[in-house]
Amino acid sequence: MKLKHALIAAFTGVCVATPVLADLVFPALTYRTGAYAVSGIPQADGYSDYFTMLNERDGGIGGVPIKVVECETQYNTEKGVECYEKTKGLGALVYQPMSTGITYQLIPKASADGIPIHSMGYGRTSAANGKVFPYVFNYPANYWNGASAVVNHILELNNGNIKGKKIALVYHNSGYGKEPIRTLEELAKKHGFELSLLPVDHPGQEQKSQWLQIRRERPDYVTMWGWGVMNQVAIQEAANIRFPMEKFIGIWWSGSENDVIPAGDAADGYKALALHAPGMDFPLFDDMKKHVYDKGKAAGAGDQIGTILYNRGMFQAILAAEAVKVAQKMSGKKDIGPAEMRVGMENLKVDQAMFSSLGLPNFAPNLEVSCENHGGAGLVAVQQWNASAKTWSLVSDFKPTDKDVINQLIAEDSSAYAKENNITPKCM
Amino acid sequence: MSAEFYFGIEVFLNGLMAGVMYSLVALGFVLIFKASGIFNYAQGIMALFAAMTLVGFQEGQIPFAHLFNAMFGTEMHHFGWHMNAFFAIILALGVMVLFAILVEKLILKHLVNQEPIILFMATIGLAYFMEGFGDLMWGSNVKKLDVGIPQGGNFWIEENTAFLGGENFYGFYLDTLDIYATVIATILVVSLVLFSQYTKTGRALRAVADDHQAALSVGISLRTIWVIVWAIAGFVALVAGIMWGAKSGVQFSLSLIALKALPVLMLGGFTSIPGAIIGGLIIGVGEKMFEFLIGAPLLGGATENWFAYMVALVFLVFRPQGLFGEKIIERV
Amino acid sequence: MFYREVGEFKTSYRSDQQTFPIALDRTGFIVSLIFAFIIIPLTMSEYWAQAVFLPFLIFGIAAIGLNILTGYCGQVSLGSGGFMAVGAYSCYKLMTAFPDMNIVICILLSGGVTAFVGLLFGLPSLRIKGFYLAVATLAAQFFLVWMFNKVGWFYNYSASGQITAPEREIFGFIVTGAKAETLPVYYVCLVLLVILAVVARNLTRGAFGRKWMAIRDMDIAAEIIGVNPLMAKLTAFAISSFYVGISGALLFALYLGAVEVGEAFSIQKSFLILFMIIIGGLGSIFGSLIGAAFMIGMPVLLKNLLVSNLGWPGDIAAHLEFMIVGLMIVIFLILEPHGLAMLWRIVKEKLRIWPFAH
Repeated sequence: MKLKHALIAAFTGVCVATPVLADLVFPALTYRTGAYAVSGIPQADGYSDYFTMLNERDGGIGGVPIKVVECETQYNTEKGVECYEKTKGLGALVYQPMSTGITYQLIPKASADGIPIHSMGYGRTSAANGKVFPYVFNYPANYWNGASAVVNHILELNNGNIKGKKIALVYHNSGYGKEPIRTLEELAKKHGFELSLLPVDHPGQEQKSQWLQIRRERPDYVTMWGWGVMNQVAIQEAANIRFPMEKFIGIWWSGSENDVIPAGDAADGYKALALHAPGMDFPLFDDMKKHVYDKGKAAGAGDQIGTILYNRGMFQAILAAEAVKVAQKMSGKKDIGPAEMRVGMENLKVDQAMFSSLGLPNFAPNLEVSCENHGGAGLVAVQQWNASAKTWSLVSDFKPTDKDVINQLIAEDSSAYAKENNITPKCM
Repeated sequence: MSAEFYFGIEVFLNGLMAGVMYSLVALGFVLIFKASGIFNYAQGIMALFAAMTLVGFQEGQIPFAHLFNAMFGTEMHHFGWHMNAFFAIILALGVMVLFAILVEKLILKHLVNQEPIILFMATIGLAYFMEGFGDLMWGSNVKKLDVGIPQGGNFWIEENTAFLGGENFYGFYLDTLDIYATVIATILVVSLVLFSQYTKTGRALRAVADDHQAALSVGISLRTIWVIVWAIAGFVALVAGIMWGAKSGVQFSLSLIALKALPVLMLGGFTSIPGAIIGGLIIGVGEKMFEFLIGAPLLGGATENWFAYMVALVFLVFRPQGLFGEKIIERV
Repeated sequence: MFYREVGEFKTSYRSDQQTFPIALDRTGFIVSLIFAFIIIPLTMSEYWAQAVFLPFLIFGIAAIGLNILTGYCGQVSLGSGGFMAVGAYSCYKLMTAFPDMNIVICILLSGGVTAFVGLLFGLPSLRIKGFYLAVATLAAQFFLVWMFNKVGWFYNYSASGQITAPEREIFGFIVTGAKAETLPVYYVCLVLLVILAVVARNLTRGAFGRKWMAIRDMDIAAEIIGVNPLMAKLTAFAISSFYVGISGALLFALYLGAVEVGEAFSIQKSFLILFMIIIGGLGSIFGSLIGAAFMIGMPVLLKNLLVSNLGWPGDIAAHLEFMIVGLMIVIFLILEPHGLAMLWRIVKEKLRIWPFAH
């Protein structure tokens, strides 16, 4: 077997760019092309621009330079696997698969290789149970938090009583779109509202049937789990049937500038969930401008800065960088590996003081990760679109979601996974 | 009459409208198939490319800006003008004609007399190429397309029909964009028919469609005809791109509308322009009514995609050449 | 000079009609087998195994399957993605319902289930022909994907609608699930591919193949000389679906480990497999394999060349990748419309008479 290893090493050396040792390597599985490029580009830009800024301003994290390795997946599962195999040998600290499909592929692979995964606001929801999924993190909130946040927001608008109200869920007919159904059903039982389900098949260019049905049934609120072209068409169709936009609430993947701009003024008042604040009204962007944009080191075309998804990409980078700091402190090493990174992520604690010190006051809610809870606090806000100013703004605080319902669902699903895969739940 | 009945009629009407939108895409396939026997897989990408070009001209985007920026470190995005929709459409049309000439010169010329499946494969290669080329040229972000066609439910119809079905009925909903699409599609088809019936080029087109060899022998240039047909198909793609792009913005998924046109083609026959229209209407109404009556209440919805194909499949079993397709005569 | 049959004397029909009548071909075949079974596993890295070799082996099986239907029997199908999904989901159901069953038996049985489903969707082919049939098979594609997405029983009512392969082993080596090792997976796929390719080759040389080809070349004429079109077309559909189903089961259980039907077995897969056989060469087992190698390997190679070696930004490289693959398809077609296999055949012909022109 020695020979084989030697051969492999030689072969890998030829075919894969040799890593510069003693770097903090962050692979970025991007999708800048393909059907979902619209959402992929800003996230990828934000993710790598923040790390570029850290390199330029601070010389990395704790003095160790950062290396972002981009690999294009085209949002395609097989290409995602290829990218994982390509980059894992470079000393990857954490994977952000950027796609629910790829996350599912990587959960077993990365767990076996001991590399943590951070699927922020997507992926497998029950991975919030760190005892079953020690290497998978999905803080700060997951889809079930999202479903509960929508219902909470509606409760708030109706003074806590939504008995007999009708809520319709328009969803992408895939695993992702079906995620909130269980939670919404439980919540419907609890709060006594009526839930109607309207699946939309991929890609979702033609939704006349669904919106005619909404027009017939006149639900009080519509919530949407959409993706790609489906978002733009749904918002346009909702405007066409004159559904009141402020009663239409999308998940955070249906709430970017790209989703509302094609509908023009008609989209005014549309709401979506938010994991972080929109816009670039933060001191951090001065640093970004000085060290990244003005030096011509921005990752993409530079036209995405400050958009919702750009900020989300940046938020992912920030949480990763903070976890590195925790890991460096805990292990006493500057040049950490994936194992230390995992510990760092599991002990990550983010509060407002820290956001302020980063130059991002009130950017996102507090966050505390633990072994039992890889999903964070599940605090979600609501943002609203202003079509004339072309800006999103938060219309609520980051509020807690219905823990009782969600935690039980997480426990159920993760224990089923543990049983299927012979995992004994325990903290590492 | 109950509200439910009027809702049924509403779904029916909207099905017709959706059918027209499908027909617009299917027309492009039919034109090319009829004149050259090529099943043009790239038709969807052509619609996307045409719409991207249109928006690009309108917004004054610099083609290949991203590539140049990456290569030379420049920072350019826009010329800084905003072009009138009409001129932009003319220019985009010019690009599609140029595209047709290039396709003929670079691909079709070399593949004369090949089997249909090989020509089909060539259009797949073309589709791959265009997918990369379009994105490289105009960028892959979603673009708003606005050529001045109003959108949204038509209030006039809504208000004047509201009395029909009692208090639970709010009048028929018809999308203004769809109404425009219907008018435009009608004009398009009528002018195509007039063109092919009464002009010299049109007659040449029909001659080629009937019999390549015979057309060649009376002195019709196949290659010119092919350029013309591809240019017309490019024009139809542009119209389809505008109509669909107005709904969703111009983005990669626009190329997937081709999938919606395939059952229409099957049903109407690959070689018949009226077939594409009637097929579109049948598919549109069929899938919407099925979703309304059976799909959504009993099967949990999202049945439209496969139902369109099922209708076409069942139909073909009884009439293998499609509704208006040429009768298949087989000889040993 | 080297490649010719001069001096090889056949003394029996058997040796005259074997698959590789020329000695050098036989040697080449054995050498490539040795290469595939010994040299590649020894030298391949995890990356190349996962990115190129495993998908190539798996899609190679699907391509052979589709080539039986399209290349040999002339029935164009765009339902392969749906049939792969049938293979994957039956494999999942079998694996979870009978935990003690050997994984290889599971995979073969899922091929059987797919064959049955393929038979059903093959029935319309008796009436519908050519491109009409191609579009008709899309009905299978869309319906099957919708069904697996809709009916909870198929994915054991899991919350996410994903199916995940449980852990199974062969001869003590884990081949599915989280702890699967690459080498045993590679061998399972390789052995299946080699066996299935040999079977396919012999099927197409035998009575079945001759019937299929008669139908392909002219179905009415074939019917007149006594080929039963019902039997010929349905056997082609069944056998082709068997192959495609096995490939789907392998893709799910051994390669991806977890799939969601709409994403993993979408219409794009159907097109991909069709592209493979047209580029490789219709009516050629060898062509299916080079077609698969081209469609799987070329994007990976280009990506490595453009991004890793030349250092271009990933998105521009991805766009160029599409353009280059598109261009290569067109150029190959202009050079040799009948696929890479034909190109290979021409080269061999030339070699046989070399150094003379005729």
